[in-house]
Amino acid sequence: MKPYAVIGAFLVIGLLLPLMTVMAATLLSPRKPNPIKQDIYECGLKTVGETWVQFKVQYYIYALIFVVFDIEVVFLYPWAVAYNQLGLFALVEMLIFAGILLAGLLYAWRKGALSWV
Amino acid sequence: MGTADFVEIVVKSLVIIWALLTGFAYMTWFERRVIARLQSRVGPNRVGPSGLLQPLADGVKLMFKEDIVPAEADRALYLLAPLVAVVPAIMAFAIVPVGPSVTLFGRTIPLHLADMNIALLYFLGLGSLGVYGVVLAGWASNNKYALLGGLRASAQMISYELAMGLAVLSVVMLAGSLSLVDIVNAQAGGRWFILLQPVAFLIFLVTMIAETKRAPFDLPEAEQELVAGFHTEYSGMKFALFFMGEYIAMIAISGVAVSLFLGGWRGPFAEQVPILGVLYFFVKLVAFLFFFVWLRATLPRLRYDRLMHLGWKVLLPLSLANVVVTALAVVARDTGFFGLW
Repeated sequence: MKPYAVIGAFLVIGLLLPLMTVMAATLLSPRKPNPIKQDIYECGLKTVGETWVQFKVQYYIYALIFVVFDIEVVFLYPWAVAYNQLGLFALVEMLIFAGILLAGLLYAWRKGALSWV
Repeated sequence: MGTADFVEIVVKSLVIIWALLTGFAYMTWFERRVIARLQSRVGPNRVGPSGLLQPLADGVKLMFKEDIVPAEADRALYLLAPLVAVVPAIMAFAIVPVGPSVTLFGRTIPLHLADMNIALLYFLGLGSLGVYGVVLAGWASNNKYALLGGLRASAQMISYELAMGLAVLSVVMLAGSLSLVDIVNAQAGGRWFILLQPVAFLIFLVTMIAETKRAPFDLPEAEQELVAGFHTEYSGMKFALFFMGEYIAMIAISGVAVSLFLGGWRGPFAEQVPILGVLYFFVKLVAFLFFFVWLRATLPRLRYDRLMHLGWKVLLPLSLANVVVTALAVVARDTGFFGLW
């Protein structure tokens, strides 16, 4: 339990640092807003249309593939830690698991999900 | 926990944060000086001897700069984003052992903040949290350039995180532990994991640059096309916080890389003289940071489709293959298959 308490204490101190710098800067800095200054920056032109528009679906596909693979990688972690004690059985089991991972990757590859278009 | 433990934790936390802040400040100076030298320029040399007081002058300047918030921004998220960018970077350093135990005031003090048995998972988790700072900044600014920068950053960071996780995995298999302290101890006597895992080291090297969004993987803030990327609308101290996050992340990830592959603080006589261990750690850390700067001065930025290609079609299969080969080698070693070791 102790290391987690330490991390908790560190989080509190670590949060204080950026909060304090932002607060100090708020107290020290000038504040003279005007509509032109607060405009959205677009190289001097008025921005056209909505900013929060639909974006490329490819980003979403990458995110989906990532979630699948990330969970699979996380499953490999406990196996890797105990690997020294598990021996040949664990190796065979992992090879099957890595094979499934690889098949998933190849499927996504063949379907063209990994090519940026 | 007694009072002495509590004092120890607070003092160590403050020392780490102080060291990271100083490291951040002088990293900006170091980077500007080294890049200038690589480009046959002089670099900042007027404020103090060799420009050593430049970071201080920059910090004071940023403190007094007006903080302009776009009228159409999502104010709460706009404020939250720089904090989310900085805090995980600071937190990541908690698991890095910077030296062996020292005895001070009759107490044995280990030179790391927390020795968790899930340290590397914690590190990878914080790496993922760092993405939120960038995405939130891009979204909350209500600026098209910023939004594109945020999207690019998220896709890039999740793509390279997989390969990084698998590269770390092959080191974990050799050490049999997720704790960085145990991993450093497993490398005693010069058995650095860079010698046993050269491929994992290379993969980690590439992914750590992509994860910190540094050149040649700095597409999220590609200044020629996206102005400044996700922090286009930020100014004053909030702008500085993004840089603080980026540089502290560089320092933290270099610290993890040193512990994983270069034997951490280990070196000749480091166990007898703890201060030597800290010195070795520092020298190795600076070598990594110099490498970051050197790359930025040398390589042009990747094209986005090449970046995705490298992450998904080269590094991911390569790291997976490396894990399988490591698994086979470990079994061969344990069963004496080759008569090696």
